[in-house]
Amino acid sequence: MNTIGKPISRVDGKLKVTGSARYSAEFDMPGLCYAVLVQSTIPAGRIAGMDDSLARKAAGVLAVLTPENAQRLPGAEKRLSLLQDNQVYYNGQPVAVVVAEKLEEAHHAASLIKIRYSVSAPKLDFVAGFPSSHPGNHNGEPGDMSWGDVDGALKDSDIKIDQVYTTPIHHHNPMEPHAAIAQWNGDELTVHESAQDISGHRAKLAKLFGVQESNVRLICLFVGGGFGCKGPLWSHVPLAAMAARQVNRPVKIVLERPQMFGPVGARPRTHQRLTVGATREGKLTAIRHEVHAHTSVIEDYLESSAFPTRVMYGCPNVSTIHRIVDLNLGTPTYTRAPGVATGTYALEVAMDELAYKLNMDPLQLRLLNYTENDPQTKLPFTGKHLRDCYTRAAERFGWSNRTREPRSMRDGSQLIGWGVATETYPANRRPASALVRFKPDGRVLVATGTHEIGNGIYTIMIQTAADALNVSPDLIDAQLGDTALPPAPITAGSMTVASVTPAIQTAAERVRTRLLQMAVADSGSPVHDASVDEVDFKDGLIFRKLSPNRSEKLGDFIARNGGQPIEGIAHVEPDETLKQKFASHSFGAVFAEVSVDPDLGPTRVRRVTAVYDVGKVLNEKTARSQFIGGIVWGIGLALHEDSHMDARTGRIVNENLADYHVPVNADIGEIDVSAIDIADTHLNPLGARGIGEIGITGTAAAVANAIYHATGKRIRDLPITPQKLIA
Amino acid sequence: MNPFEYQQVDEPATAVDAISRWRGSKFLAGGTNLIDLMKNTVEQPPKLIDINHIPLRGIEQTPDGGVKLGALARNSDTANHPLIRKNYPLLSQAILSGASPQLRNMATNGGNLLQRTRCPYFMDPAFSRCNKRTPGSGCSALEGFHENHAILGASDQCIATHPSDMCVALAALEAKVRVRGPKGERIIAIGDFHRLPGTTPQIDTTLMPDELIVSIDLPPSPYGSHSHYLKIRERTSYAFALVSVAAAIDVDSGWIRGARLALGGVAHKPWRVEAAEAALAGQKLSISLFEQAASRALSGARPRRDNTYKVEMAKRAIIRALTIAGGLA
Amino acid sequence: MTTENSSRTSTVPETDSEEYSSVNPATDMIDCKLSRRDFVKTVGYFTGAGALGLQLISVETIVECAPLEFSASAHTVELTVNGLVHKLTMDTRVTLLDALREYLKLTGTKKGCDHGQCGACTVLVNGRRINSCLSLAVTHQGDQITTIEGLSGGEELHPLQTAFIEHDGFQCGYCTPGQICSAVALLEEARRGDASFVTPDLAHTGRVELTPEEIRERMSGNVCRCGAYPGIVQAVQTASRTL
Ligand SMILES: Cc1cc2nc3c(=O)[nH]c(=O)nc-3n(C[C@H](O)[C@H](O)[C@H](O)COP(=O)(O)OP(=O)(O)OC[C@H]3O[C@@H](n4cnc5c(N)ncnc54)[C@H](O)[C@@H]3O)c2cc1C
Ligand code: SF4
Ligand code: FES
Ligand code: FES
Repeated sequence: MNTIGKPISRVDGKLKVTGSARYSAEFDMPGLCYAVLVQSTIPAGRIAGMDDSLARKAAGVLAVLTPENAQRLPGAEKRLSLLQDNQVYYNGQPVAVVVAEKLEEAHHAASLIKIRYSVSAPKLDFVAGFPSSHPGNHNGEPGDMSWGDVDGALKDSDIKIDQVYTTPIHHHNPMEPHAAIAQWNGDELTVHESAQDISGHRAKLAKLFGVQESNVRLICLFVGGGFGCKGPLWSHVPLAAMAARQVNRPVKIVLERPQMFGPVGARPRTHQRLTVGATREGKLTAIRHEVHAHTSVIEDYLESSAFPTRVMYGCPNVSTIHRIVDLNLGTPTYTRAPGVATGTYALEVAMDELAYKLNMDPLQLRLLNYTENDPQTKLPFTGKHLRDCYTRAAERFGWSNRTREPRSMRDGSQLIGWGVATETYPANRRPASALVRFKPDGRVLVATGTHEIGNGIYTIMIQTAADALNVSPDLIDAQLGDTALPPAPITAGSMTVASVTPAIQTAAERVRTRLLQMAVADSGSPVHDASVDEVDFKDGLIFRKLSPNRSEKLGDFIARNGGQPIEGIAHVEPDETLKQKFASHSFGAVFAEVSVDPDLGPTRVRRVTAVYDVGKVLNEKTARSQFIGGIVWGIGLALHEDSHMDARTGRIVNENLADYHVPVNADIGEIDVSAIDIADTHLNPLGARGIGEIGITGTAAAVANAIYHATGKRIRDLPITPQKLIA
Repeated sequence: MNPFEYQQVDEPATAVDAISRWRGSKFLAGGTNLIDLMKNTVEQPPKLIDINHIPLRGIEQTPDGGVKLGALARNSDTANHPLIRKNYPLLSQAILSGASPQLRNMATNGGNLLQRTRCPYFMDPAFSRCNKRTPGSGCSALEGFHENHAILGASDQCIATHPSDMCVALAALEAKVRVRGPKGERIIAIGDFHRLPGTTPQIDTTLMPDELIVSIDLPPSPYGSHSHYLKIRERTSYAFALVSVAAAIDVDSGWIRGARLALGGVAHKPWRVEAAEAALAGQKLSISLFEQAASRALSGARPRRDNTYKVEMAKRAIIRALTIAGGLA
Repeated sequence: MTTENSSRTSTVPETDSEEYSSVNPATDMIDCKLSRRDFVKTVGYFTGAGALGLQLISVETIVECAPLEFSASAHTVELTVNGLVHKLTMDTRVTLLDALREYLKLTGTKKGCDHGQCGACTVLVNGRRINSCLSLAVTHQGDQITTIEGLSGGEELHPLQTAFIEHDGFQCGYCTPGQICSAVALLEEARRGDASFVTPDLAHTGRVELTPEEIRERMSGNVCRCGAYPGIVQAVQTASRTL
């Protein structure tokens, strides 16, 4: 079989277009009842009193969980608000849970709870918090890292750019809100949760409730989008489990849209100062990237915006610094291309500013500072074909027809602008396990505890198994999203494919070998007594290589051999020594064309062209969608997304989808994406590096640079709204 | 949502009768605003009177050459009615610029007139201070987030805007709202229908709680296609206006016989600017004339900390809309 | 992109296939038809499928919910969904969306915002697209309601469903039922000549040419956070040619 790379339609497509794909809130069970969260309305302080008498009396109410009566769960992570005490750390923090027979009843009862607070002075001023900010790290990588002599080099630089770029708070807002159904059976807990990390959540829930991990099962067949917010475990899941225990019935909790703006993570606000030095010829001599980002007062999360500056260009003197500001807001978390989306925005706009100062084509400037090695460690990349990306994308876009001067291109009353940026995202891989099973009915099952979040992993799993086993994809079924299956890592960080496919390949190899061994040992088999090397398995048939007519159907073979499935299981770990030998990153080049109405302000992104180097593309169709999805996010980052915080109460005022603007269909013009498609087999046998996040990186900068080219206005504070453009 | 009773009525008289009997009860039309606000507990009517079965969906030519829009005609049907597309394209455009196809299929003409502000402090009761929601509690927007708030006609008690697009066109077209109360019918000019906040921002309109809107009457329009609805928003579609302009010009070979100009997104009501209209009348079409009209229209603007941009944006929008309406674009 | 490793188990759980409550996307569909809760009494059973088109095909099933405890706000309504009549006595507060999802277990229609801001809940009522989250179920007595489950005739997909698969007009799939219902109505609106905000000439009536710009505007009431918009536009264009 050769299905890898082909534009195969999603195997779960039919389920999704018929409404039959079941998301986590869509399971029914006897006795199911509904929980609704009650949230704080102050940013800091203490609950002085809570009157839940009306709520308790309201129709249909089964229980009201409050800090007074909630089950004690020692050792909960700080990020979680599990009603363990009276403290309030942010506006929107869960402070009570109402459980009722019907959803309408739970909602109404929740509105009847009266809370008295004793309010303390909140920390809400981001910039005022800079002096007391502190360092941090991201996934164990230190926030501060420097090489060379940045100060010295900056002093000697012919040309200097020194600017501040800011990005606001963003909320993930997958279309499917967070949801969980929790059910206890004695000491066993089953949770249907919309999650990007069922194994991780299982471990945490087990610890929290003091039960064996094997007693906790998480199920998630489809995730209706996550983009990072469904990676960590948030309060509503243990709260649902607490409620289920209390009422002794299965409990469903689905967050309301406004509840997606506080207790379940956000992309933190960033303030990024970039100081860039260069020679008159355009060679970078120094970069200082100094980031301030916020976290909550209860837990550190670092938005690692300066990380991309560590790999993007050849530069002898680099300093990357991060400082975290504690605010009375919900704890932020990973959001599509964490750090990199916001960081490439700042870096790539600074590069554009430098190009203008140098009077140089911005693409030329990037080529001039191209690096073949990781600039810090000097290690080679596992594969880097960015130069091809630039060339190919520039050609497809028609970059050579660009006129350099701002405001030099027009279409009627509209100003036209073209911009370019580089994209990057680190390649990641984690340990993963998988199972491949030959079933008595002659079909094949491939299974692993990963997550289908729109990444198309059901399809990729089947393709991988089909190719590994030489079996038609039509004969293969896939299962995922269940902790009863062999575990897979969190689905995030563009690492699902890189982690999971090697496990599937190994498991497939094992089951195949096992089958052939059994076949040659089986006296009833037409391949009996051959050596394993002499026999083969293809398209459901076991046969002798030299006389393929002497074959037997898989189903028949299994039936004769006791009717039990044959299976291979593999747990595969990435090569940890790879990091000492190579740096591994994906890259891309993105070009954008905008039109701006110079009088009225609105910007349209007419077209985007991007070419990616992401290793091997496993499915052209689903990959295309992932790239496009990232670009759409990049456009939202550039033009639309902005969570406005009320400066006094720390509450997000636009906590809804009418006022928190994500791009709609009319915002998106033509998008042309393609990939270099050269396998990077250092990372894994298929040579795929993962594609979920790279599309958002760079795109916001390309759009911002195009707006500058169109208008001559450099807006450094995202998003670039009509009001900013006419100011 | 609070528990409520539900009653269907099928004629105006029963509707008016029903609402007079139940204090605080509400008419349910498309529900796109009312149900939304009930979910937020901003509205808590003990009873809903479903008026959708009253035969008020018609759109008809009137003897004077105008058009009568049934209060329960859906926004989408209104925008697409041949009479409206032909004689009042300004109204079609305004309606089609608002909300989404699904919402326009639900929303009624009467409901659109009565939709409440989108001020976030009003819509989210977690903010305790909002004079419109809780009279006397204060206004959170004054010192808070008010990028989208009013620059004209606001008071120190409330700086909210009226969010409707349709109503801006209706203001320019000098529509009349026909309402029916316990004492019979009366007609309210669109300019008198919506109120300024003053010291009683909790009252949006001059409609009495026991009155039913039965129709919106459009006088004959001399403007036809010499009109334009321009809407500036933060995304290309499915967003409320930052600023919008309804412009209509009665042109006679380069001369302006008369003009109508109304602004959206700038005030507690659709903001008709008669002073600017007067400045246009009798003049020859020109961009500089439009610039003068725009300055006049905004002369009384009192922006706050974060919405000063609206003054300039509104001026430019007026110039552009008039330019297109006048055929100079 | 996480702070800790997912738990590593050296022993892989016993792998009895019955253990996995899982989906088999390659071959079969999950059965999520009416699985009634204990308070729902099944009176009759429906056999035919509410196939393509919006007419009532047959009325054979009545699903009755037990009356609620508080009668003041309880109300009885007969909902005709995909050609099947369900008699429900329920709280007046129940929206059409919740009636479909929580009471009738027709979970194909999605809840994204519950406030008319996303389009995930789009269904067809008498052929017109609406946001079912802002519509009370009690108001729909006598209406023909079509949900995503009612678009395909058994195994035969609606041309728009086929086109969405072909053009990969989705990723996570959560907005997809709403997108498709919306698109079904869009095609009909364009056929009868309804204008949109980007229609150049309002005076021109008759069938609308569905340019990408027209489709984008007309599909803007359906937010897709996965950003599948280009595929959606292509799918609508393809279906508009075949229908
Ligand atoms: C997400 C979203 C986006 C939107 N975007 C826009 C936009 O861009 N532009 C825009 O203009 N609008 C927009 N809207 C608002 C929409 O146009 C209004 O909600 C709609 O017009 C209200 O009409 P309705 O029939 O649904 O009113 P309902 O919600 O039924 O009623 C509103 C109020 O009017 C009363 N009422 C209704 N009919 C009558 C009557 N005949 N007599 C007396 N009282 C009556 C009701 O009791 C209620 O108090 C948007 C709405 C949403 C939810
Ligand atoms: S502007 Fe008006 S609606 Fe908004 S908070 Fe102030 S009083 Fe309330
Ligand atoms: S759920 Fe109805 S529009 Fe979002
Ligand atoms: S497919 Fe995920 S939101 Fe549209």
